[in-house]
Amino acid sequence: MAAPTVIHLEFGGGAELLFNGMKEHHVTLPSQSEPWDMKQLLVWIQQNLLKERPELFVQGDSVRPGILVLINDADWELMGELDYQLQDQDNVVFISTLHGG
Amino acid sequence: MCQVLEDYRNELESTELRSVSKKCVKCKEASAAVVIRAGDAYCRGCFKDYFIHKFRAMLGKNRVIFPGETVLLAVSGGPSSFSMLYQVQEGISQNAHKKLRFIPGIVHIDEGGAVGQPVEERQRTLAELQALFRATGFPFYIIPLEQVLDLPSSVLESALSPSEKPSSTYKAAVDHFIQSNRSSCLTPQDQGQTSIPEVPEANTQILQQLILSAKTLTARQDLLSTLRQHLLVHTARTKGYSKLMLGDNCTRLAVKLLTSISLGRGAHLARDTGFSDSRYGDVISVRPMRDYSAKEIAYYNHLFHVPSVLIPSLDTKMPDKASVQRLTESFIIRLQADFPSTVSTIYRTSEKLQTACRSSSAADHSDRCLLCMCTLDTVVGKASAFQATLISEQLSKNTSSSAKILTQKLAPVEPEPVAPTGQCCSSGGREDCGRVERGGGCCSFANGAEMSDLRSLLCYSCQLTIKDISSVEHLPRYILSEAQRRHRRSQMKEEIGEFLLDDGDEED
Ligand SMILES: [Zn+2]
Ligand SMILES: [Zn+2]
Repeated sequence: MAAPTVIHLEFGGGAELLFNGMKEHHVTLPSQSEPWDMKQLLVWIQQNLLKERPELFVQGDSVRPGILVLINDADWELMGELDYQLQDQDNVVFISTLHGG
Repeated sequence: MCQVLEDYRNELESTELRSVSKKCVKCKEASAAVVIRAGDAYCRGCFKDYFIHKFRAMLGKNRVIFPGETVLLAVSGGPSSFSMLYQVQEGISQNAHKKLRFIPGIVHIDEGGAVGQPVEERQRTLAELQALFRATGFPFYIIPLEQVLDLPSSVLESALSPSEKPSSTYKAAVDHFIQSNRSSCLTPQDQGQTSIPEVPEANTQILQQLILSAKTLTARQDLLSTLRQHLLVHTARTKGYSKLMLGDNCTRLAVKLLTSISLGRGAHLARDTGFSDSRYGDVISVRPMRDYSAKEIAYYNHLFHVPSVLIPSLDTKMPDKASVQRLTESFIIRLQADFPSTVSTIYRTSEKLQTACRSSSAADHSDRCLLCMCTLDTVVGKASAFQATLISEQLSKNTSSSAKILTQKLAPVEPEPVAPTGQCCSSGGREDCGRVERGGGCCSFANGAEMSDLRSLLCYSCQLTIKDISSVEHLPRYILSEAQRRHRRSQMKEEIGEFLLDDGDEED
């Protein structure tokens, strides 16, 4: 696992407000010996992309309840949630269903 | 409670199965894409069918919307109302027996002024909405919330409702419709707006002052939704629509239900959250999205490219404890995360609620709340919880401010200094004089400034909201003049009371 992982991130439903209003992000995750999982991705997002109020995006080591996650257009509940191992060119979408974002 | 525990157990079991790529529970072939309820995983195609079917089933089951009827869709810009719009569009474009047979129009209330959105951003948002609305081909109206300042006080009257039509009439109407409209293409008479109306800056300021005059975010949100509701009903009436379709989904309604209870609206729950709401008489509100969860809608919109426009609201980016509404939402959503049937359990409770309808004469609205138009829950016996609350409120006031209140009974208390711009005649601002000329209500009522007079016309919950508003003078003219009218009427009734036969005989 030497090559860095390139993934496509998308934020919607108001979640983008926490990322300077930017909906789409193409990111390159630095290479590491183990494949990246969603848990690590959330930490990485917090450290590198999240601009404000982390409590409105994450809670504990998962996303805040009310924020939906899709991995390659499938509910992440079907994909193992935090344990899902990211692959190159994966598409991860976060949609807030909370009122007012 | 048992129900919740059971579902929770199912959820735990299903967690173990998740690692295997799941098949759709419906067609059992395609691999699943969306988990709707605990364990129920649908593939993309089956999810779409399920979603579309649910919309028709909701309308079909309730039989409230007649063929050929004009229906105004209230589209806030959010995912739920846009999803509703696209369901209607989908239904209208179907052929033959599957076609939805009502005539839709779109209304959007632009609240940018109330939430303090910068002008350019507001225009950009509206242009985006306009483009999306135009693409549907339906007539549409984009109405700035500032227009509540110019509403007639007749908005607060519930017009005579067409008597509830039984389902046999519904069937007759369908048959009649099929015969008469077989070939003709339906086009609404009014083609709607072509441009977004200009908003004078002064009006935006008055509106902002009104919103800011509420001291808590809870009261602001409540006030805003009251004003929005009045404007929606007024638009439906003036543009000739007899139904108003609201996009509340079941997650939203669960939040609304618990919020309503916390805010003392227990008596109005059924109207606030039910499928149809006839409090305005001639314009009936329906909530066809109430069977969908916020999750279903978000997934559908994402998977099938239903657009929505992000519109900042009063609670955008606010912390959880900023208002009762916000706190209730985060409470329910968090509970839902661990107990997946939270929302549906609350929602199903709402279905069982019924309004205890006291018969009222259509001509007299003195038994309806001035703001929310629900039957007053404050006209109750001496031994009621409401009276007890009033007494303890008076007693606790007494300790701080002497016993004056006991003798004067709800004497006008001016708790806050009035903002100078809100003054009517005294400060003589041009805008205010205009208000006086046009409506005549402002000066005479507001300057006499009886918070308590106004409160007597409100239901318990609206009283609480008004209590949080620093001065009634900020309220729009149509509310004040209607308040004045009702007040005068009740005074008159009192004066001539001894000459009247008792209530029962008086009404016909
Ligand atoms: Zn399927
Ligand atoms: Zn009320």
